This record gives sequence, C-alpha cells and structure tokens, in this order.
Amino acid sequence: MSLLTLSDVKISYGGIQAVKGINISVAEGELVTLIGANGAGKTTTLKAISGMLKPYTGRITYDGKEIAGKPAHEIAQMGLALVPEGRGVFPGLTIEENLLMGAYHRRDKVAIAQDIEVAYTRFPRLKERAKQTAGTLSGGEQQMLAISRALMSRPKMLLLDEPSMGLAPIMVQKIFEVVREVAAQGMTILLIEQNAKLALQVSHRAYVMDGGLVSFEGRSADLLHDPRVREAYLGEAA
Amino acid sequence: MVRSYLPASIRHHPATLWVGVALIAISLIALPFALSMVGMAWVRITNLAILFALLALGLNIVVGFAGLLDLGYIAFYAVGAYVYALLASPHFGIHLPFWVILPIGALFACFFGVLLGSPTLKLRGDYLAIVTLGFGEIIRIFMNNLSEPWNITNGPKGITTIDSIKFLGLDFGTTSRFGDFALPGLIKYYYLLLFILMVVIIVNLRLQNSRVGRAWEAIREDELAARAMGINTTNMKLLAFAMGASFGGVAGGVFASIQSFISPESFTLTESVMILAMVVLGGMGNVWGVVLGAILLSFVPEILRYTVEPAQKALFGKQLIEAEVLRMLLFGLAMVVMMLYRPAGLLPSAVRQRELSRSES
Repeated sequence: MSLLTLSDVKISYGGIQAVKGINISVAEGELVTLIGANGAGKTTTLKAISGMLKPYTGRITYDGKEIAGKPAHEIAQMGLALVPEGRGVFPGLTIEENLLMGAYHRRDKVAIAQDIEVAYTRFPRLKERAKQTAGTLSGGEQQMLAISRALMSRPKMLLLDEPSMGLAPIMVQKIFEVVREVAAQGMTILLIEQNAKLALQVSHRAYVMDGGLVSFEGRSADLLHDPRVREAYLGEAA
Repeated sequence: MVRSYLPASIRHHPATLWVGVALIAISLIALPFALSMVGMAWVRITNLAILFALLALGLNIVVGFAGLLDLGYIAFYAVGAYVYALLASPHFGIHLPFWVILPIGALFACFFGVLLGSPTLKLRGDYLAIVTLGFGEIIRIFMNNLSEPWNITNGPKGITTIDSIKFLGLDFGTTSRFGDFALPGLIKYYYLLLFILMVVIIVNLRLQNSRVGRAWEAIREDELAARAMGINTTNMKLLAFAMGASFGGVAGGVFASIQSFISPESFTLTESVMILAMVVLGGMGNVWGVVLGAILLSFVPEILRYTVEPAQKALFGKQLIEAEVLRMLLFGLAMVVMMLYRPAGLLPSAVRQRELSRSES
C-alpha cells in the first residue's frame, strides 16, 4: 500500500511553473529516490510535500489523507519528518538540545532518552560533542545531527533533501550507509539527491526529474543500467 | 521550583539559600523607607524603575525569547494606561476598581499585540522593526487625535485626576496612618509594583524553560527548521506578541494610577527605544539581566541629574554641560562600549552568548 502519493501535482514558484504535473508514489517501507539536475524541480516537490509550498493543482495524499496545502507543522505532526536542505540544525543549541527539539511533540521522557542513546550509538561523534553547539559541527556532523533529529520524532516517513550536498566524499559514504541502515529497519524514505549514482545504489525505486517533469521511473537497479540514464545523469558514455 | 534557577553552589546549601532569601526580602521591604529618608523623589524613581523593569521583561518575551525585534512596544503600555485612565477618572465619570481594570487593560493590550503580530508574521529583523515602529507611532497619534468628533482620549491635553488604586481599605494615593506609623502612598505603590514584578519574573522564568520557551528558541534559531519540528510558528509568534503586550498593558495601568495624569507625550518612540536598550544592555533573553538593565538605565540618569550640576559648580564654578546632554553622551558611549566588549549584555543568556560567539568566529 502506498504511504505517499502525488497525483498530477503542479507547483508554481513566483510565476514560473517549477513542477509541471508529476505522479510519484512511495510504498510503506520503501526507499525511493528522486534524482535530477539542478533546477529540475526536486526540492520544490519536496517543499510541497512537507507543506512549505502549496501546489496549485494536484493531490498529495499521505497515510490516506489529503495533505496538499496543509501547514508544515501539521504535516510534521502526522509523522512525515523533513530533513531540510542545507541541514537546518539549530546552530546556537547544543547537540542534545537539537535532538530534544526533534522530540518536541513527544511527552514520553523515558523513551526520548532511549532514542537519544540510539542516535548516539548510530553516530558516536554526536555523543562526544553532546554539549557542544550545533553551529560548531562540520557539515557532515550537522547532517548526522539533522537526520538523528528528524528520527527523534519517531516519524512514519522521512524526507531527505540532498543529504550529500557540500560534504566530503567519505562523509557522503557514511551518510548513505546510515540512510540504508534506517531504511533496512523498515523506515519509509523519500530521498532527493543530485548524486544520482549513490542514490540509485541505495534505493529500491527511483524517479528521474527533468524540467519539472518525471522523465524516467523504475527500479533503481534497472535505471543504473539504463543507457539513457547513464549518459545523462551518471556521466558515462552510453 | 525557584531553586532550579539558582547556581549549583547555592542550591546544594539550603541554609545559605534561605538566609540569602531572607536578607534580600528584608532589604527589599526596608528599601523604600531608607530611600524616603533621602527624599520621596527617590521612592518615585524606584517605582518608575520597577515599571520599566516590568516593561523590559514584557519586551524580553518578544525580543529576547522569540527573537522578534519590536520598536513600538510602548504602544501596549499606552493602551494599558489609557484603558485605566478612561475607566477610572472623571473623564467619562467611570470609576471601576483597579482589579477590574488591570485585567481589562491587559486584555486590550493583548488584543493590540495580536493585531500587530498577525500582519507581520512573515517579517523578520529590520522589516519587522520598521512595521512595529510605525505601529507605535500610530497608537500615539491616535491618542493625540481621538478627541474629535467624540472626545475619547482628550487629545494632547491628556487625562487628569485619574483614580489612585484602592485596596484593602488603603488608598494608594494618600498617606495612611497606623498610630504613629505613616505609610506614604508611594511606598504602597512600591510594594504593589514589587509584587507584580515578582509575579512577572516568575512567569518569565517558567516560560523560558517550558515547551513554549523551547518553541520560541527554535523559531529564533531557524524558523523553517522549527516548522519541520512540527512547531506551529504562527501561533507561537502571536503568543509572544500577546504575552509581551499584556505585561505592557498591566504596567501601563499602574503607571496611570501612580501618575494620576497621562498624555500621549509619555509614549513616544524614545521610550520604546529606551526599553529596548534596557533589554539589550542587561542581556537579551536573560530575565535577571533584563531587570538589571532596567534598573541601571532608570537610575543612572536620575543620579546624574542630582550630581552633575553641583559637581561642575564645585569644579569649574559654573555649569558647562547640562545633565540631559551629559546623559545622552554617556548613554551613547555606554552603548558603543557594550557592543564592543559585551555584545550579549551585562548578564548574557547562555544561548544568546553562544549565538553571538558563533557569528563572530
């Protein structure tokens, strides 16, 4: 059963139509990726799903409910957790305070403390710096924190916006390992990525966006070997 | 409850704590009598300092906690003062008791807080400052002109002979006598203000460590991320405006009754800036810092007023610089020195200090 469905979604951004009618679905437990070049409309799509933008037409259903145009905080409370582009950690708060902020809507203190420990086990680096402010972390560490913070809300689904952006290759590997691991534990994930190769390697299915439209879709393993995708997005000769 | 806000060194020694609390309580109770020996004017100045501390704490909710720069805060003080004046003076012939009017004043100010907050939700920083500044001026100009066609505010002439507060058979406007013991009205106001100040301080401290306080913190740090955490940023910002405004409204009501006369002149932009300066000087977001800032900025000009002229006369035989001029000079100098050496204020809030040190690096 599909947890998230976008049907014929069109989104305008200051008079320019950035997304020109796309259909996307993510089934429960699936790791789906949305790849494409800069300006293809990936982030715009994600903003519409998370409630930061309102599509002017089309339906977005999540968990059986229409969410298009709902305010962002309501969507977040429904268990759809966004890891914003550029990470969006709270720079003046400590790592621990950031994690607690992720659990803002939970009141089960014991379970929250346990989840913080889970986050620290996943990223021991965060534990070492628990009392340090998030602004002092490196880009990769901030990304670790942003993902951990999103998981603190115990979401049903995770929206990741370009987690590899601006990170050192070794850090990108680490982040993707964790994405794969979280997915393996049953989390539904929609991953937006420019790094098409890595995204296709970790995901089950993929949508390729181009000029506001979905140009290809299919199983990631297939797309990895599709000559058209290889040529256009993986930088290889067909 | 209160203990958790104290330094660990005191918290672990309950005896020290209670002795300290007792000493502070006794000195606060005795203070107005000591001051009245120097001159009743000093009791009045102290009362005004507490009023400013109330205002600064109210503004601290908006600026310090939620991070919304408000340059028109005095408008809420004005609303509270006018509500009190209109409901307890011969102007309309209405004379309601203060415990009825103060909540009405708070509610009215709260309403205006939301009125200012709702159209400015999407604004931040400089843009918000400009709109709030305009709002403050609009309220003042309204007060100045609402004398025609119906005379509501009596225009620039202001409202006179406002009722003093009466409570437990005591008239706060006059001296009460208990045998040989005389309790002047200003000292009664002092105790009332001290009580309100303590309530407002406790509310502030509680807010800071509450879920609401954390939501404000998140909004101040990164509004988009706060929304992604499921925080209703719209409501939280409106709440900050509403709470800050209602504190201002209460302070305004007490101000009107102490002065027994108000006019639009008391609610100018300069006052808004002064309150903001108190918050910034003391330490945005730190409750004790804000109180300290308010007390300093209320007392220093008064001390100057009483010392500058005699000091200059003694030194040079005549007055070279007027107290008012010197006050502005020192004020400017203090602000520059502060921004250079203690940008987060005299008693900075922990988070604010971290935010500032990060932006420097």
